[in-house]
Amino acid sequence: MSAIIRVDNLIKTFPGVRAVDGVSFAVDEGSCFGLLGPNGAGKTTTLEILEGITDANGGEIRYRGTPRNETYRQVIGIQFQSTALQDFQTVREALHLFASLYTRQRPLDELIALCNLGELLDRDTRKLSGGQRQRLLLAIALVNDPELVFLDEPTTGLDPQSRRNFWQLIDGIKREGKTILLTTHYMEEASVLCDEIAVIDRGRIIAQGEPTQLLAEHFPRALVRVPCDALPNGIEMPVGFENQGDYAIAATDDIDQTLAMLNKLGVALDELHVSTPTLDDLFLKLTGHGLREA
Amino acid sequence: MNFKRISAVFVARNREFYRDKAGLGWNIFMPVVMVLGFAFIFSNPDQNLFKVGVLGDPEQARQTAFLDSRHIQFITQEDEAAAIDKVRYHRIDLLLDLRDTPRYWVNDDSPDGHIVERLLWQSFNALPDTLTREVVSGRAVRYVDWVLPGVLAINVMFSSLWGVGWVIVRYRKNGVLRRLHATPITAGEFLVAQILSRLLVVISVTCLVFVGTDLLLDFPMRGSYLALGLVLLAGSVSLISLGLTVSARVRSEELADGVLNLMSWPMMIMSGVWFSLEGTNVWAQRIAEFLPLTHMVDAARRVMLDGAGLADVAFEIIVLFAIGGVLLAASARAFRWQ
Repeated sequence: MSAIIRVDNLIKTFPGVRAVDGVSFAVDEGSCFGLLGPNGAGKTTTLEILEGITDANGGEIRYRGTPRNETYRQVIGIQFQSTALQDFQTVREALHLFASLYTRQRPLDELIALCNLGELLDRDTRKLSGGQRQRLLLAIALVNDPELVFLDEPTTGLDPQSRRNFWQLIDGIKREGKTILLTTHYMEEASVLCDEIAVIDRGRIIAQGEPTQLLAEHFPRALVRVPCDALPNGIEMPVGFENQGDYAIAATDDIDQTLAMLNKLGVALDELHVSTPTLDDLFLKLTGHGLREA
Repeated sequence: MNFKRISAVFVARNREFYRDKAGLGWNIFMPVVMVLGFAFIFSNPDQNLFKVGVLGDPEQARQTAFLDSRHIQFITQEDEAAAIDKVRYHRIDLLLDLRDTPRYWVNDDSPDGHIVERLLWQSFNALPDTLTREVVSGRAVRYVDWVLPGVLAINVMFSSLWGVGWVIVRYRKNGVLRRLHATPITAGEFLVAQILSRLLVVISVTCLVFVGTDLLLDFPMRGSYLALGLVLLAGSVSLISLGLTVSARVRSEELADGVLNLMSWPMMIMSGVWFSLEGTNVWAQRIAEFLPLTHMVDAARRVMLDGAGLADVAFEIIVLFAIGGVLLAASARAFRWQ
């Protein structure tokens, strides 16, 4: 697959802080690329530079191999992390307004069906629930039938059910062959939706690749967690375990052997937890802090 | 410029205005209530000061005892024709010309003019044969008639400044501008849509208030409707552009509110809306010349009260459009989406 957008050594500084520090990546056409990181990591700033909302201090962005030009805004769709619409308009009117701003338009009936907005068309946009509002904002992002869709933390603040419904919508867009570039700090969201991810922390990409490939590279098959207070007196840390907060954690390819070792040491296994590594674990390993505590 | 995009934003902004019932009601009823309030308050004015216009050199004019009279304000007049019109419409009680051929003008329909004329005669031991009496006639201009053009202009000012300036700052703060910036619409197209929308609102509301107050108060309209319309249009353009300039970069609604108040209050006080600037501090008059509201009020008053035509107020119209053009160019250059 060819890259639809390529970023090379992107830099953005604000007074006293280097928000984006030499970020480079390429997004294949038709794929879903995720930028993962905690709040303040630089992922939204990176996205805004790609959207053309914010200017970079350095670096290069090429869309389909050439620098972006005035037609770029016609072929991209954007859903911001937080945004507002003009007051006193219905869902239908909001869709018509944004459709009128583009030369290329997707049939609104099709869009309404895709984003499940049929029953909301005459409702005031200020009276939508969180999930309904996100569906409208997604529809607005797609109103020009874009080739490249930017989604900035699209499910933040949604309840679990609404989040999963939204994932289905994004999956539908993926199946239409559109390229999606999304930011999130929900690891599950990235695992479900993204073909490739870049983990970003303090303005730098610290890992990049397919989610499963990244996990395989950095972790054995399973993680074993034992609460520290379950360890017998006199045992500070079992061999192969690391202290991470209140837990002793070991990454292992042989769960049976690890359990046998803990049993032999007299560790109470009541609160033992065995799991497969997640992207959150990956972030913790790479940075020393969790995704939502940075 | 893409007119389809301008039209889309124009329609959305209009919809936002007319569906906001509270805002719409305030825009229409506030000026009507203000005019009626003034009509009531000044229905029987207790005027304790007479006004006499003086043509010619004040130093030379001081030679007459009349000019030392107490309780009379003497105001130097530059333009003889304009000064005579002031007598005609009771804006001054008498006009005294002590230049080459001493004479005075008085309106026989004006009770105050009659009293001042008696004072004039008494100030001379023997009335000079050469002092010629000129009589003019004309219906008295009530204070409410005089203040109405100013009230209409103030309504235009508030609607233009807050209806554009404050709204754009609100759009910037809550992210509406950011969302629009993500689309192909340009800053110029967005600003044009805002100007057109506000012009429609300002002109519609002003026409409505004009007709409504005329039905209630039967005020004089002696000049050209075309001239008045162009004064209204030019004044609105200049004040909307001023609102755009204030909102070009400001992100805080509180700051915008403060700056808009800082601009509107001096204009309201110094533009001759409530009282004539004649006889006031020279510096205040000079500063007032730079305020768009001054030109708007002055031109509208001359059209409505003095019967001025398009040619008579062409200067003010040009000045207002020029102010609008300069401010619009500055705001378009300074405008930031975020």
